[in-house]
Amino acid sequence: MKSIKNKVAIVGIGLSGFSKDCKKTELRMACEAIKDALDDAGLTPRDIDGMIKQTDDSADEHAITSAMGMPNLTFYGETRWAGAPCGMVMQAATGVAAGACHTAVIYRAVNGGSGLRSTPSMRSSGQLSTADLLHWAFHSPFGLMTEQGAVAMLAERYMYEYDIKKDQFGPITVTCRQNGAKNPNSAYFKKPITMKDYKESKMVTDPLRALDCYEKFDAAAAFIVTTPERAKYLNHPPVMILGAAQGSVPETENMCGYYRDDVTGLPEMAVMGKRLFKMAGVKPKDIKFAQLDDAYTPLVPMQLEALGFCKKGKGVNFCGDGKKIKAGGRLPVNTAGGSLGEGHIHGMNHVIEAVHQIRGTATLQVKNAKIGLVATGAGGPAGGLILGR
Amino acid sequence: MTVNYNKNEMIPAPVVDPDSKAFWDAVQNQELVFQKCGDCGRLRHPPRPVCPKCRSLNIEWEPSSGKGTIYSKTIYRKSPHPGMKAPFTVVLVELDEGLKLISNMVDIKNDDIKIGMQVEVVFDNLTDDLNLPKFRKVD
Ligand SMILES: [Zn+2]
Repeated sequence: MKSIKNKVAIVGIGLSGFSKDCKKTELRMACEAIKDALDDAGLTPRDIDGMIKQTDDSADEHAITSAMGMPNLTFYGETRWAGAPCGMVMQAATGVAAGACHTAVIYRAVNGGSGLRSTPSMRSSGQLSTADLLHWAFHSPFGLMTEQGAVAMLAERYMYEYDIKKDQFGPITVTCRQNGAKNPNSAYFKKPITMKDYKESKMVTDPLRALDCYEKFDAAAAFIVTTPERAKYLNHPPVMILGAAQGSVPETENMCGYYRDDVTGLPEMAVMGKRLFKMAGVKPKDIKFAQLDDAYTPLVPMQLEALGFCKKGKGVNFCGDGKKIKAGGRLPVNTAGGSLGEGHIHGMNHVIEAVHQIRGTATLQVKNAKIGLVATGAGGPAGGLILGR
Repeated sequence: MTVNYNKNEMIPAPVVDPDSKAFWDAVQNQELVFQKCGDCGRLRHPPRPVCPKCRSLNIEWEPSSGKGTIYSKTIYRKSPHPGMKAPFTVVLVELDEGLKLISNMVDIKNDDIKIGMQVEVVFDNLTDDLNLPKFRKVD
């Protein structure tokens, strides 16, 4: 099978801080992140001829081309939900590899902290999508209206099936916060937590405590991808895309997927991972670090299982007391903090940290970080990348 | 009731479309029905226009046994909606015919709801034109 392996490089990244009220429009936030990514790469808006956005973002591609002055845009598209960061990179990379564009920007800008943002949202047309309709017909009349509730029901069943005890998800959020505490861009810089803090954290939707769940922020991020030939003339050594995939299977929903035999298996993540590893030609044991979807702690062990880092039901054991997933462990996870320890911008910061690790510019640099994995969209439509030098 | 409604506020009624209308019409008549493929007979929920097994567009509606077990649950400690008072429990019921349905329990304390508990459907009459299918513990 033909693939995009080694045909596209990530050459620029931009990431805002994490604010509860940045007092900027999402369009401005998007433009700032894109400007940072262009500057990071050593490119200008004229160089951009491809653009991929997240469906829910209010800053649409045409507003960006106007605001930024991009006269050469000839390829654009979108994808939706938590798998989007990797999925958008994949779609942009597909455009580059196929020759539909040569240099593409990917962005997200969300007033999550200050603005009214809830899932699921309406599309700009005001029409409910079919996926949203499922939520409003069969979930919300019973009060299941938030991601915290939806993921809690997956977690409760996961604990029941694999005999997971209370507080065993704690080391995941503690590890993310300890990593984030060392990251100057983190909302939690110099604010690590301990298991004592975790155990005292209030229940939100049992079995999830507040510290199992991400907080909402105003934040934005952007990346630039281009051909390896062009990458040679830019500011940083290229970060090569070795594998990229999305994942959707029957009964994939946003943050749940209840209408299937095994609700804890993340089959969309599994189908994504299978394609991802095959494309990259590597195995889980070759991966030096992983940036995983940590919007909710139970999704981390479920991902480790679905992606083949451990056997089904063994994800919590893998995370253990945090030793294996810390910097210096067998598989350092979310080395900049992720959603729980740096801040939530829907997985975009996970891609950015993976680029830093491969470049060798991470705050918590993993030794010999020559190949790493990013997964976004656990418990829903999935996206993944394997990046390398 | 494990869900105490705030009757001064709007209760979150289901958004109905032509694919799901028969399900909700039956609920208003205090019946729980599921979509059944008119050709291969496969049951499915939530309602969708096509049978994923044989791709048939022929749809029938089959009365449910109304009996099942609690498959999973969560307790909302803070209400996500002004029409519902916290704490309340959301349950995922696995019906005997193998389909799953999101719902709430009636006549039971939140802490007494357990995975594996046997339950049967009841209809919670919220307003003149809104019934919701809920579940009650079976002894
Ligand atoms: Zn059929």
